[in-house]
Amino acid sequence: MKGQLFITALFFIMSQEQILSSDGIPLEQSLKKAERKNKLKAVLLVAPLFLFLLIIYVFPIGDMLFRSVDDRMITKMLPKTFQAMENWDGQDLPDEPVYKAIYEDLKYLKENKTYGKIIARLNYEKSGFSSLIKKTVRKLKKIEEGNYKEQFIKIHKRWGQPEYLVALKNAAPNWSYAKYLKGIDMRFDQDRNIIQVEEDRRIYKILWMRTINVAFWVTLFCFVLAYPISHLLATLPMKYSNLLMICVLLPFWTSLLVRTSSWMVLLQQQGPINDLIVWLGLAADDNRPELMYNVIGTFVAMTQILLPFMVLPLYSVMKTISPSLMRAGKSLGGTPLVSFVKIYFPLTIPGIGAGCLLVFILAIGYYITPALVGGASGSLISNSIAYHMKSSLDWAFASALGTMLLVGVLAIYWVYNKLVGIDNIKLG
Amino acid sequence: MGNDHFVRFENVDKSYDGKQLVVKGLNLDIEEGEFVTMLGPSGSGKTTCLMMLAGFETPTNGQIYLDNKVISDIPPHKRGIGMVFQNYALFPHMTVYENLAFPLRVRKIPKDEADKKVDKALSMVSLQGYESRMPMQLSGGQQQRVAVARSLVFDPKLVLMDEPLGALDKNLRESMQYEIKHIHESIGVTVVYVTHDQTEALTMSNRIAVFNDGKVQQLSSPDELYERPVNSFVAEFIGENNTFAGEVTDVSGNKCKVKLNSGAEILANPIVAKSKGEKTTVSLRPERALIDPETEMDNNHKGKIEEVIYHGDHTRLRLDLLGNKEFILKVPNSSNRMDIKEGKEINIGWNSTDCRALDPK
Repeated sequence: MKGQLFITALFFIMSQEQILSSDGIPLEQSLKKAERKNKLKAVLLVAPLFLFLLIIYVFPIGDMLFRSVDDRMITKMLPKTFQAMENWDGQDLPDEPVYKAIYEDLKYLKENKTYGKIIARLNYEKSGFSSLIKKTVRKLKKIEEGNYKEQFIKIHKRWGQPEYLVALKNAAPNWSYAKYLKGIDMRFDQDRNIIQVEEDRRIYKILWMRTINVAFWVTLFCFVLAYPISHLLATLPMKYSNLLMICVLLPFWTSLLVRTSSWMVLLQQQGPINDLIVWLGLAADDNRPELMYNVIGTFVAMTQILLPFMVLPLYSVMKTISPSLMRAGKSLGGTPLVSFVKIYFPLTIPGIGAGCLLVFILAIGYYITPALVGGASGSLISNSIAYHMKSSLDWAFASALGTMLLVGVLAIYWVYNKLVGIDNIKLG
Repeated sequence: MGNDHFVRFENVDKSYDGKQLVVKGLNLDIEEGEFVTMLGPSGSGKTTCLMMLAGFETPTNGQIYLDNKVISDIPPHKRGIGMVFQNYALFPHMTVYENLAFPLRVRKIPKDEADKKVDKALSMVSLQGYESRMPMQLSGGQQQRVAVARSLVFDPKLVLMDEPLGALDKNLRESMQYEIKHIHESIGVTVVYVTHDQTEALTMSNRIAVFNDGKVQQLSSPDELYERPVNSFVAEFIGENNTFAGEVTDVSGNKCKVKLNSGAEILANPIVAKSKGEKTTVSLRPERALIDPETEMDNNHKGKIEEVIYHGDHTRLRLDLLGNKEFILKVPNSSNRMDIKEGKEINIGWNSTDCRALDPK
């Protein structure tokens, strides 16, 4: 029975394969031939964008991910040391060959004058390495062949303390997630346990929380402001809605820097908004509230700047909702409020989802505005990334923070997909 | 206001822009249980009237009464009027059941009772078993039937329908016409129906209000409307119509002589043009003129066949008759039909009672 079925299936497949087009070539083949030209055209049309994305998007992100975990600098500079340390258990002081290897590696580095790099890296692993390496390198030429261990300990007593050699060994792995730990205020101690950094050095958790907080509130403000505007845009007659649309889009066409700067003018302590507050008697003239260089400035400016990203998806969804639906709701006995809640609002959810996702993701990585109007208490994680890129030159750490941000955004996207479904998004 | 009409429009004006009146001094009475159709070309104000009745537009002037109560100040959701919209207006995010249950839920009707009502309404449009479908999964005709069921499910006394069959294809439209007509007959609800399709209006209605230019031109039963139009617009708008322009030269009893622009004279029925010297447009239905009539008819004229159009069950002839080159004649397609050819001269006869002298165009 089974065999018969198999033969039938085989026969079926064969008979399918034997369908020929009128010139005797198998149909599948001639179809491919006919489609080939079109396919080629399609590929050529897509190619520029594909290459562009590859070069400016896929490659840099890959590089960023790579950089954030790449820790091969030490291994490359002290190759013999790590080879010699491989069999060392890390309990007592290592044996002679390890010291010999260190000697050879350092000698090579000294000749090439590149030992400065490892000092910073090792000092990060354990403080005290800086003077240890510097002193050793200085006295390197005095060391004679044989009995390196003793001579090393003579140069600096820290060569006789196992914890420094353990720290050196700890710096060996090619890959490290230490930068990620730093991004959440954690670090390895000398036994490679993960611990929190000292309380006065914990800054990234605060930054992350502030970033999420700002992004959340900015999204909420944008939503509250954009919903009625979008509704108006979608229901007004054409000639008014076009004008309103221009008003919404005008900031869009203005330079971001100009917009942020104008907020700086408006929000400063002697600025028009503060003047108004004083004139209204809400605050005394000598006690003007600070609206800028703190989180308030960030909220206000970012909400205004990101508003169009909420309005546009909402508008495009609302535009498709037939006004007769609300009328139907009312004619069936629903009060305007009930009709809104049960009919109109659920139909705008795809727009709300798209708008909120867009604004939140933009807000969470926003840079210029918080940098200009945020001050110290209003700066976000992106400002920290910029700092490490430009000032501290710790690109690996900047990459790690960037990757964490990217993962966070993807996580939000994933949650959104689970809750609302990505197919329900409408951007227009 | 002593009136016993179910719905009453009293001198209703409506203007959207303050410059033009869309509805002018409308008076219209509708009795309980009636099926009244508002028929007219687009822009004639019929949909505006429906929207005013539903409460989505407010009259600029005048009053609308429902069940002897002024309804101008009652918001739409308290009027209790069922409505079927042009594009169905089903809630796309709700199932068929939820769509139908919506008016019941907002009225706080307990669930088991609501279920019964939904079931009854769905059986009325023969859509049981479709409760859990989404509107998008239904065909146009099914969506339409859900919309009808939804407008009836909360037992309104009045249902408004705004060109509900406009989006359906011809066959479906015809079967839906009968279906809606039967529903109306079986539950006795009052229906006000808006359409620009005269066949639809003639098929379904008890009475038809022909709208033009913001006014009701004629309000009467379908046969009355077709047989006895009161003015040229109605005669032209409903059914096919042959017209002759001319001037009344003599009136005697229920007959008048009309001298046509071509010089010929015909006998007509004085409806609007009743006195000598009045300009008039004479209207004659194509099926009322016969070729070589066997019985005596008081109008007999010769015409030349310009065109023969075969229509299956009948043949249409376009004649040149008394200066009217667009005179249409319908000939039933019977086996003993005489030989009809283009260019042939034939004798045409009709009765003066069928030939109505109306207002000049």
